[in-house]
Amino acid sequence: MSTATPEAAGASDVPIIEISNLNKWFGAFHVLRDINLSVAAQERVVICGPSGSGKSTLIRCINRLEDHQEGSIVVDGTPLTRNLKNIDLVRRDIGMVFQQFNLFPHLTILENCTLGPIWVRKMPRQAAEEIAKKFLDRVQILDQAAKYPGQLSGGQQQRAAIARALCMEPRVMLFDEPTSALDPEMIKEVLDVMTGLAESGMTMLIVSHEMGFAAQVADRMIFMDDGQIVEENTPDAFFNNPQSDRTKLFLSQILRH
Amino acid sequence: MFFRDQGEMLPPRTAPITEVGLVGWLRINLFSSYGNAALTLISLAILLLVVPPFIDWVLIKAQFSGDSGEACSGIGACWAWVDQRLGQFFYGFYPAEAHWRVNVTAILLVPAILYVLVDNMPGAKFGRWFSYVYPLLAAYLLVGGFGLEVIQTDKFGGFMLNMVVGLTGIVLSLPIGVLLALGRQSRLPVIRLLCIAFIEAVRGVPLITLLFVAIVLLQLFLPPEVSLDQLLRVIIMVTLFASAYMAEVVRGGLQAIPKGQIEGAQAVGLGYWQTMRLIVLPQALRISIPGIVNTFIGLFKDTTLVIIIGLFDLLGHARLLQTNPDWIGDVDHEAYLFSAAVFFLVCFLMSRYSVSLEKQLSKDRH
Ligand SMILES: Nc1ncnc2c1ncn2[C@@H]1O[C@H](COP(=O)(O)OP(=O)(O)O)[C@@H](O)[C@H]1O
Ligand SMILES: [Mg+2]
Repeated sequence: MSTATPEAAGASDVPIIEISNLNKWFGAFHVLRDINLSVAAQERVVICGPSGSGKSTLIRCINRLEDHQEGSIVVDGTPLTRNLKNIDLVRRDIGMVFQQFNLFPHLTILENCTLGPIWVRKMPRQAAEEIAKKFLDRVQILDQAAKYPGQLSGGQQQRAAIARALCMEPRVMLFDEPTSALDPEMIKEVLDVMTGLAESGMTMLIVSHEMGFAAQVADRMIFMDDGQIVEENTPDAFFNNPQSDRTKLFLSQILRH
Repeated sequence: MFFRDQGEMLPPRTAPITEVGLVGWLRINLFSSYGNAALTLISLAILLLVVPPFIDWVLIKAQFSGDSGEACSGIGACWAWVDQRLGQFFYGFYPAEAHWRVNVTAILLVPAILYVLVDNMPGAKFGRWFSYVYPLLAAYLLVGGFGLEVIQTDKFGGFMLNMVVGLTGIVLSLPIGVLLALGRQSRLPVIRLLCIAFIEAVRGVPLITLLFVAIVLLQLFLPPEVSLDQLLRVIIMVTLFASAYMAEVVRGGLQAIPKGQIEGAQAVGLGYWQTMRLIVLPQALRISIPGIVNTFIGLFKDTTLVIIIGLFDLLGHARLLQTNPDWIGDVDHEAYLFSAAVFFLVCFLMSRYSVSLEKQLSKDRH
């Protein structure tokens, strides 16, 4: 738990996530190479790059769904090591939203949301349900609270997954291609929720290829290729004046669609 | 041209007789094709050949009273022994004046099981506690001590012995099997290897061998002044045996749970045991219900193997009856038939429960 609040620190100089010289291998495969990245409180960072470039692996390292071999990751003052206590602390501060939602199919939407508050934050059931209802209302699926995930549309499921993460009242939200598994007509409802979240001042690290959304929401764009951060810039400069050839190629491919 | 008065309207036509009622049902289900019709007729012929003579033998021409096999004609079944021997079939050599203790234990078993298996029972909160306490209560009632006369476990026998060994094995093998299955997937190599070694070793040996080990070999490893109760050894071996199979059944369920479920739980901040208990196991066990119940049924039938080491369960008493001079040669079929029927009843109930549970769970979710 940290005592530093974003307000007290003044938005963007205290980093919540501080990654330096990060290297990771899957066996002999060097998947992340010398990554340096720091994300300030209330900052919105969007990561893009070709498939297989290591975007998912990078953000999964931040809440230790993957471990790393070299370099350091510090989240809100807590270094990520083998220390299980630190891992618990970090996970408490970070909410994550997956491409495949990963809702728990045997629990109702409400139970999906109260699980963390009850078992991790040790809240009484009633208080947990109040929090859950608040966030389900915020993503506009409060009326679905009693249903099971399998009874919801993809867009509703992803919004429920966002609510589930918010119920832990995290300081940072990670999104790994949250709209890639959705039918086109459902993408907007999820992006709208994320835009609202950004406007409320949440620190967000988002892997996404929704470039319109990125241009609107991001404070900073990051382009990854081959396990490296190739380019890092404001959205304006990134889209209008990309520096590296690889970024230009990627943007030309993705914007053509 | 052609018209009709309103009054002359024909009544609405009923569906053709060939599609409704008994005839329709027969047509659709039993005679839908030549092959199907042939199978139906052959089955019918076999049933006609077997069932009437069986009923004739088992009931109509049967002899129900008498003191020995001589009372029986040999044309029908001989049930004369039931009167004398039914007690032994169910209680073994458990003292007659203490049969009430077995009866009370058996009656209390009903609510103990129902409170575990059936949701929304009245007084569920208290009932659950009763179910948890029941094993201790049952042990106290059956064995005695603390004011009740102590009855040695070598007096246990008949169907009661099958129930004691079977139910204890069932209740213990599921949690042990779950732990073994989790251990087999552990990241810690020592735990993983131990679990694999245990599972493979136990699965690779017939239960009979394990029972011999329990009786003969175990004593070699224990200090001579320690003597473990014979029944306890049997229960331990049967439980371990079933646990190894259970572990593999549960492992199948665990493997069917997508990795994303565990990651979702970790991302919410749940620890390993919370993730297993709240997310993974509820889903994995649900998938594994048929295999779990199958293992339970197998375990229950395996309790008859105690005969090998000199304990007389239901089947043991059925055999004993046949070697009794009064009945020798007259009750070979009857005693076995009776035992088979009792086992069938219990196993069939388990199987039915598993089916209804699966139906209910699949209804819940969608
Ligand atoms: N658990 C794993 N084991 C081995 N290789 C992996 C594993 N996860 C990902 N990879 C590989 O690492 C590379 C980066 O994967 P990923 O981070 O998922 O890329 P992205 O999200 O940018 O598409 C890919 O080549 C992928 O095949
Ligand atoms: Mg990815």
